[in-house]
Amino acid sequence: MTQDSSILNAFFEECEDLIVALTEGLEAMREGHADDETVNAVFRAVHSIKGAAGAFALDELVGFAHKFETVLDEVRSHRLETDDGLLRTLQRAGDILADLVDDARAQTPANRNAVDPVLAELQALLGPETAQEEEEFVFEAMTLDFGPLDDAEGGYRVTFKPSAEFYATGNDPVLILKALSELGEVKTQLDTSALPDSFDAFDWSAGYLVWTVDIPGLGTDLAIRDVFQFMDDLCDLKVEPLTEESVPELLEPDPVPVTAQPVAPVDEPQEQAAVPAPKPADRTVKKPATTLRVDPERVDRLINAVGELIINQSVISQRLQEADLPNSSDLFSDLDDYKLLAREIQEGVMAIRAQPVKPLFQRMLRIAREAADATDKDVELVTEGESTEVDKTVVERLADPLTHMIRNAIDHGIETPDQRQAAGKPRQGTLRLSASQRSGSIVIEIADNGAGLNRPRIRDIAVERGLIPSDAVLSDPEIDQLLFAPGFSTAKEVTNLSGRGVGMDVVKTAITALGGRVAIATIPGEGTTFSITLPLTLAVMDGMIITVCGQTMVVPISSILETIRPTESDLSMLGLKSQLLHIRGDYVPIIDLGERLGHPASDKPMADRVLLLLQTESVSQCALAVDDIFDQRQVVVKSMQGSYGEIVGVSGATILGDGKIALIIDPDAIAHSGAMPQHIHTSPQGDRIHATA
Amino acid sequence: MTTHILAIDDSRTIRSLLTMALEGAGFAVTTAVDGVDGVNKFREKHADLVITDVNMPNKDGFGVIEDIRSSDTNRGVPVLVLTTESGAALKERARKAGATGWIVKPFDDESLISVIRRLTGA
Repeated sequence: MTQDSSILNAFFEECEDLIVALTEGLEAMREGHADDETVNAVFRAVHSIKGAAGAFALDELVGFAHKFETVLDEVRSHRLETDDGLLRTLQRAGDILADLVDDARAQTPANRNAVDPVLAELQALLGPETAQEEEEFVFEAMTLDFGPLDDAEGGYRVTFKPSAEFYATGNDPVLILKALSELGEVKTQLDTSALPDSFDAFDWSAGYLVWTVDIPGLGTDLAIRDVFQFMDDLCDLKVEPLTEESVPELLEPDPVPVTAQPVAPVDEPQEQAAVPAPKPADRTVKKPATTLRVDPERVDRLINAVGELIINQSVISQRLQEADLPNSSDLFSDLDDYKLLAREIQEGVMAIRAQPVKPLFQRMLRIAREAADATDKDVELVTEGESTEVDKTVVERLADPLTHMIRNAIDHGIETPDQRQAAGKPRQGTLRLSASQRSGSIVIEIADNGAGLNRPRIRDIAVERGLIPSDAVLSDPEIDQLLFAPGFSTAKEVTNLSGRGVGMDVVKTAITALGGRVAIATIPGEGTTFSITLPLTLAVMDGMIITVCGQTMVVPISSILETIRPTESDLSMLGLKSQLLHIRGDYVPIIDLGERLGHPASDKPMADRVLLLLQTESVSQCALAVDDIFDQRQVVVKSMQGSYGEIVGVSGATILGDGKIALIIDPDAIAHSGAMPQHIHTSPQGDRIHATA
Repeated sequence: MTTHILAIDDSRTIRSLLTMALEGAGFAVTTAVDGVDGVNKFREKHADLVITDVNMPNKDGFGVIEDIRSSDTNRGVPVLVLTTESGAALKERARKAGATGWIVKPFDDESLISVIRRLTGA
């Protein structure tokens, strides 16, 4: 078959889908609710991979898929008992198949050490006797038995009498005659003597006619074999060298020109024919989904353009405001339409990039299985919200952090079966991986029902590693946060699972880079939950435009619970400097944003300022004091890394309608950080910071 | 007149390969993603020749052939089975259902095209 790199790519993309279907089916089988169709789907997935891989001569993939498929065929025809051992082997085989696809894609040789044992397991299931059918993948032209392969000087005589089946399987004698006539000068005769005398006796499905074709010039019968490919059993066929005796005058009955129509289909009731009755309308047939495959770069280009469109929209609104038009001006309502459209376009573009987390979660099933095997633990991974859609980039970049967290949860969180039993828990631990969409964010949770974080031990290690002084007084959440400190690792010795010196700090860095946060909730003896909160999109966010100390900044709407213009009675002092906001019977600490960013404390009384009630991960609630708020609007997020490095408390920058740069505040970091060492401000004109996209 | 071929296979890759090979040889190609889709497309558009996979969701290749052959007018339409297996039992089933011939995957472009030309007279 033709090799073509774009088709090869399409093949690998298809493999991804097939592997997901395969994993899903195997999972359903393992959970015991697999019907025949599920098993069939699993079979088909492997079968499809094999079939297409053959086209690209991916021999290792084909060989493995073939063995796998053979076992699955035994399973679906119920010749193999689906016990635990078998299911485990099938899952391992699924994993290996996925690896082989990856290897083929990366053009690296397969890891025989991993492949061969599973191959042997599959073979063991089949028993030794099926090992012989190997030549299956060779293109096989039909070999027809015409007797000895003599070269005949004088050409050949072909005599053939099509059977009823010949006509019933889409064959046409005219085409055969035509093909034969292309082999050389031919002489054709038709023997119609078998035709019944009366029309009533005529059975339209029977084969009555016999053709004799002489091809005097032909040197070998190979070409004739080709013509009759597939038809060896559909006609009485004789191919013999033309001899002196046969050359002269041929059989008597009236010669019919080649162009004569063969038995034309005669309209007649067809009850006698072995025609299966049309099946009743198909039951639950899914309409095949039509999809469009697009180069991601094109979508990215579109996203960039949408970002520019949104900036452009805020420029226009700014200009309109400055133009001092009467409020009744049509331009304002036109602008509203424009905003609406821009948002619709943005959401549409984002939806193109959105992908369900399902394939990611499927991969995690495997990670969990391997981790459980490596640590001799019994763990069930439950996934929820697999259809939740997340930006493609996010899905891709979540794979590593999730892998790490799942290994951690199994290695450190979940106890051994014996320990669990001793603690009065079921021997099998559960790891729940869930995704959900909550008010503009995606929340991914990894929850185990293990022992919970061992806080005294975490504290000891942090002291040992010099992360905190030995007399530090830390709250429980602060101790939990130590897990994310660089250089922290609880593994006593480096296990080959979660050790390797890679700590949770890498996880945190990866999540933060996606604009997300990680939070920990743990209950001793009952388990630990890590929650990852991610923005729905990376490129555009809803922000509240604020000013503080004469600078315009943006606070993400997603973390603002409400905005409050406090009265004196809402405020109370705590010590000399700190103030608390009294809200609905609760006291919430007030953080002065200007001060946190290193400006001198504002002398503006708190009652003249605006408080943003924030929900953050590290501190349950706090109120951020700013000088004033303006409107909410969509801003295009530009990263500042590369130009400024990482600035604590600032997650990025954006370009406002008037062309000025505004920093985007990271509320979590602001709430969490102590006094800020850096003094951050934009230049007086506010427009000379180089923000990078 | 252009010879119209209906290619039915649940593998996107195989569909692409078939389309590329057949269109390259000057045939018009319609593809279908499973048996039911295949039979529907055949009814809608007809075809001078059908190539069908065997293992497919919703309806397998044998079902496709039986459906096509269930109408007298379609009796003469050649149907090629495209399969990875080449066992005698499979061929017998295919033949019983009314298949004209079979091509084993991975197929060779040239043989496939020459078979199609012969079966359609193109």
